[in-house]
Amino acid sequence: MNKYLERIYNGIIKENPTFILMLGMCPTLATTTSAFNAIGMGLSTTAVLMFSNMVISALRNVIPNRVRLPGEIVVIASLVTIVQLLMQAYTPAVYESLGIYIPLIVVNCIILGRAEAYALFNAPIVSFCDGLGMGIGFTFSLTVLGAVRELIGKGSVFGFQLIPSDFSIGIFALAPGAFIVLAFLSALQNKLRLPSATNGGQEVPEFVTSGDVLGAFNKTEEAPASEEKKEA
Amino acid sequence: MIDLLLIAIKYSLVSNVVLAQFLGICAFLGVSKKVDSSKGMGAAVIFVIVLASLVSHAIYVVFMAASSPLCKALGLKDGLEYLTTIVFILVIAALVQLVEMFMKKNMKGLYDALGVFLPLITTNCAVLGVALNNVTYGYNFAECLVYGLGISIGFALALILMAFIRENVIEGNDSIPKSFQGSPIVLLTAGLMAIAFFGFAGLV
Repeated sequence: MNKYLERIYNGIIKENPTFILMLGMCPTLATTTSAFNAIGMGLSTTAVLMFSNMVISALRNVIPNRVRLPGEIVVIASLVTIVQLLMQAYTPAVYESLGIYIPLIVVNCIILGRAEAYALFNAPIVSFCDGLGMGIGFTFSLTVLGAVRELIGKGSVFGFQLIPSDFSIGIFALAPGAFIVLAFLSALQNKLRLPSATNGGQEVPEFVTSGDVLGAFNKTEEAPASEEKKEA
Repeated sequence: MIDLLLIAIKYSLVSNVVLAQFLGICAFLGVSKKVDSSKGMGAAVIFVIVLASLVSHAIYVVFMAASSPLCKALGLKDGLEYLTTIVFILVIAALVQLVEMFMKKNMKGLYDALGVFLPLITTNCAVLGVALNNVTYGYNFAECLVYGLGISIGFALALILMAFIRENVIEGNDSIPKSFQGSPIVLLTAGLMAIAFFGFAGLV
């Protein structure tokens, strides 16, 4: 397998951002009310992730190390703004239903995490493929979660009614359902001993612990690691 | 006056920032292990969100809105609204750094209590969410203050409640099935808390 395909495989299966690395929980929980919303969120994140990885990788020798993080944030925020304006123009329905979560892609830990962990050390094309793989993995997991929640909560998948709506459990399409579905999924991973960052089966790059759930389960002292990184 | 009170109640209890809007989940799960650190984080978030809400609103009104002095002077009819995301995230990052530096120098006690949590807040999506929503909802200065307060108090409330539950019930509890220990039971608890917060629904 050549190195480009390897990166894509890595993002979808081996280091799947949602199920295995447990990154970017806010959009994962918030936008999976239906399979359609989940795909919209996944694809817009993919677009940002691919190009942010590529641009940051191309600029990795230009940006001084001291202003690395602000530089990365400016690149990511510009790309998010581009995606946001394109969506507003061409897919207004998706834009409406995702609302605030589109601009909030800026603070999604997957994007900054991949920039720090991969794009800073690799050539632009490989980094692009890494972003593509991670993005597809993210879209895939979001769609699975969205489909499960839509099926239990509304009895439909992608709007096709599979179970009569009298038999659906509405709470799964609402806020608590997101936590509960993810909890059972995580428990299933523990039961089957599948690799996951939250049961210690998967190693995690250090930087990403600053803004995500991992600090909760692996480290005893969650805060200092990220502070050192910031001052370095 | 009553409007401001309604905003505060709505965003601290009814549509709680963590349990109903899913902003700041990372910090909510990450820092809720100990009650002490959750109190520190809660206080730091209240401080930063209120400050960021006011500063970003001031910057929006002066530089970026279509009716702002800058856009009028430059003759920009549509304002600079498309730059809000970029400007706000940079403002928040700079603000957090400045607050940290200021605290380190002048408020040693407060820095010891809150200092380690400040860098974590830059990547907390609740802060950027508040700044962006101020623009979307068209709030004025007083409403921005109350909205920031409401959101951040709601966050602190959920965080501290969660920390109490984790410290007293979940930590070292052997009756939890093995595969549910660790993250699943915490997520499940968050789900039950979200259901409990539905009880506030009719309030506003």
